[in-house]
Amino acid sequence: MADFIFWMIWVLIVATAGLVAFGNNLIHSVFALMGTFLGVAGIYIFLNADFLAVTQIVVYVGGILVLLVFGIMLTNKISTAQISQSSVQKGLGIIIVLAILVIILSAVLSHDWTGSIQPMNFTDTVAGIGKLLFTDYLILFEIASVLLLGALVGAATLARKEL
Amino acid sequence: MDHLSSYLVLSAILFSLGLYTVVTRRNAVAILMGVELILNAANINFVAFSKFVTHNLDGHLISVFIIMLAAAEAAVALAIVLNLYNDRGHINVDEANSLKQ
Amino acid sequence: MIKLALFILFLPLLSFVLQIFLGRRFEDKKGEWVSVGIQFTTLILSLIMFVMMMSKHDPGFSLEFHQSWLDLGLFKIDLGLYIDNITVIMLNVVAIISSLVHLYSTAYMEGDVRYSRYFGFLGIFTFSMNGIVLANSLFMIYIFWELVGLSSYLLIGHWWEKDSAANAGKKAFITNRVGDIGMFTGMLIIATVLGTFNFQQIAERIHEGVWAANAGMLFGGIEPHKLLTIAGVLVFMGAVGKSAQFPLHVWLPDAMEGPTPVSALIHAATMVAAGVYLTVRIFPFLTADAMATIAFIGGFTAIYAATIAITQNDIKKVLAYSTVSQLGYMVMALGTGAYVAGFFHLVTHAMFKGALFLASGSVIHAMHHSLHKIHDHETDAQDMRNMGGLRTRMPITFGVFMITTAAISGIPLFSGFLSKDAILAGSWAYAANVHEGWLANLHLAWLLPVFGFGAAAITAFYMFRLIFMTFYGEAKRPEIFRHIKESPKVMTVPLMILAILSMFFVFTLPSVNPISSHGWFTELIQSPESAVTTGPAFELEHFEHGLHAAHVPAMATSLIVAALGLLLSVLIYLLKKISAEELAQKLGVLYRGSFNKWYMDEFYINGIIRPFLKGCGAVGRFDLDFYDHYLINGWGRNAKKTSRGVGLADDLIVDGAVNFSGIIFQWLGWTLKFIQTGKIQNYLIFVLIGAALLFVANVF
Repeated sequence: MADFIFWMIWVLIVATAGLVAFGNNLIHSVFALMGTFLGVAGIYIFLNADFLAVTQIVVYVGGILVLLVFGIMLTNKISTAQISQSSVQKGLGIIIVLAILVIILSAVLSHDWTGSIQPMNFTDTVAGIGKLLFTDYLILFEIASVLLLGALVGAATLARKEL
Repeated sequence: MDHLSSYLVLSAILFSLGLYTVVTRRNAVAILMGVELILNAANINFVAFSKFVTHNLDGHLISVFIIMLAAAEAAVALAIVLNLYNDRGHINVDEANSLKQ
Repeated sequence: MIKLALFILFLPLLSFVLQIFLGRRFEDKKGEWVSVGIQFTTLILSLIMFVMMMSKHDPGFSLEFHQSWLDLGLFKIDLGLYIDNITVIMLNVVAIISSLVHLYSTAYMEGDVRYSRYFGFLGIFTFSMNGIVLANSLFMIYIFWELVGLSSYLLIGHWWEKDSAANAGKKAFITNRVGDIGMFTGMLIIATVLGTFNFQQIAERIHEGVWAANAGMLFGGIEPHKLLTIAGVLVFMGAVGKSAQFPLHVWLPDAMEGPTPVSALIHAATMVAAGVYLTVRIFPFLTADAMATIAFIGGFTAIYAATIAITQNDIKKVLAYSTVSQLGYMVMALGTGAYVAGFFHLVTHAMFKGALFLASGSVIHAMHHSLHKIHDHETDAQDMRNMGGLRTRMPITFGVFMITTAAISGIPLFSGFLSKDAILAGSWAYAANVHEGWLANLHLAWLLPVFGFGAAAITAFYMFRLIFMTFYGEAKRPEIFRHIKESPKVMTVPLMILAILSMFFVFTLPSVNPISSHGWFTELIQSPESAVTTGPAFELEHFEHGLHAAHVPAMATSLIVAALGLLLSVLIYLLKKISAEELAQKLGVLYRGSFNKWYMDEFYINGIIRPFLKGCGAVGRFDLDFYDHYLINGWGRNAKKTSRGVGLADDLIVDGAVNFSGIIFQWLGWTLKFIQTGKIQNYLIFVLIGAALLFVANVF
């Protein structure tokens, strides 16, 4: 059963991400992106990353996706739910991206992962992440807070009409 | 699902799709969506390696920071996009070529 | 107890923050009472600590709390609080004086241009002073040491529109810096050898022999005992600066340019006592030699400043020199090993000297108002030659003045008698017990009691001179006298409280014997054992035995000399049996020397500052006339000639090569510009192609 769900999610992610990449309607793309994000959250659960799964949903679906929708709505004159979009340099793009995909896949598949690796089943990662965040990663944490502040101020400054 | 390569292949596909979006889309918001796909692909890798290889939570921590960075990046990028729109009336990246000259 | 201490430490800082940021807005709305309230809260907290200490009644009580502040692997600095009986008593002294000064200032400073800022600065001063008192390590003391220096500078220069006030502030700051350099060097020596700044740990490690083991190795084979002496004296240099000991005393009389309540708080009762407090803290690891040095500096300061005070006419200057002299007493006491006596005098002195300054402030306040009424802006309100007969007009101020003068002169029934007597007995016992070393040859140690008793006599003389000139006789300027009136209650009540605290029984309860200092104070404060193991240390047991023997003769002598000083003063200034002017003329050189402060300021200006500036000028001229003219410019002239030749070669050969390569790149750029589309996505494709190619190249 779990296996089945896993592969379902796998396919969901690939399909929705494909829609994001190839779809013609921007609104459809955004909603497909939501599917991708939720799917990735599911993958996190399979990886025992409970905290990350929740964070993924809260930040990506609840925050970033909404921002993106705002971005679309504010930059188009909306009359219907159809906002068409187009692409450039499709041929060149597909060739080079396929080349890179082949390179990565060959690297992944040529290595024998099964030999030395045992999966580790974490239980309750929140406490561990919390501890690490305030010990080994404390400086990173503080820098991140400054960065967020900077981004906040920067975004507010940039978005003003009279720049 | 108990196999590392299934995650890695998923992440590689997700990465390629994101890359393709970034390279080909004309709409700036769509490009931003591509960037998010790429970041998600990287996150899956980090968490997968954390479970299968390093057996500690360092990968999770990195992912947390990536998510945070993605949020900051989205905010700033959308501010830029809005400015671009105010300036030109559209947000097509291929027409924003004043980098030439 | 720790929590209480933290509150006492940080509440005044809150007052500072409030007054600095919000004070101006509430200046007309009684904003200063916030500061006064905060200060009285800390007073209550301090009194609670005092009661806790009394109920424990344990001389060995101590409490430490520390927090790592700077961790550099091998080298760690902790900040923390150390509380023992000395700390608690000092906290109370600071809180009492500070809160009374706050209260007093509301009237004295009324209508001042920077009224709220003044209270803010009082707040930060109290904060830093509490910091010094609570510090558990030399490093933390140093931090707050500089902070009190800063607040003292700010408050001395409160009326910075006056040049003399601005200069006095600078002088105080710079003079203190000289001492602080010594202190810092001493601290660093101690920390290098022992790896800690903490008082308790320093004493422990010295006692365990860490000093003897490490010192020689770290400092080029110097004898450890000598190094400990040097370190002790260097740290003490900080106290020399802050407590205005000879030869760095010159800033304190000038500091009287600040508002009078500030003089009472900072330059009489608390900050200048910080030096003595520091010496109390480092007492356990002073060597015998270091203590002898300290004793002589203190003793000399005591008598030296006293001789200056005789001839000054400015009421605050007299008190300033008397402060220097009394601080000399305390330092001498610590140097001679009379630890309890030194600290005792610190506390009693804080009370009566604080009262004296506040009372003189009350007189000045009255003078000011009177001068203001008759529109006289020329006359100096602080000059005692313009006063006289004030006792009828200002009875409360006069009474307080009387009590506190009796205390400082060492008259029985008042606190000063007990502490001064203990110090004199200490110096007597010290002199009698020195049997070896350079002090014993020539009997030099006997100079200390001579200094002490001499200063005691002179103190009685000049203090009563001050009283007689100010409060007795007929008014010298009747037109001023007519408008003199007693100060308001907020000023007189603090005076009365401090006067009560100058009575002997405050410090001797539950016993009420006016000639014995035995009481709660001597029970709670006891001399610590010396930690010095490297060489001759101070022999406490021996000394205390001697102290017992010296007690009665010292007391008798001190009474006699105080009476002599008082008598002489009465004869000259009250009964006018001896004319002061004639006496001054007969003593010619001595009078002028004393009147001009033994030319110490002139010595600094002519002996150090001017020659230094001249030296700078000479070096500057040397630079300009010789170095610049011949070496630099000459070099330049030669170089110019050479470079002209080189330039010719450049034009032909090098430029040709450069132009050629330029042409090549121009052509390259022209060909490459066609792939620059200006579209980011194109560039991204190129990047990706590059990355793929790199990967392929890496594999094959």
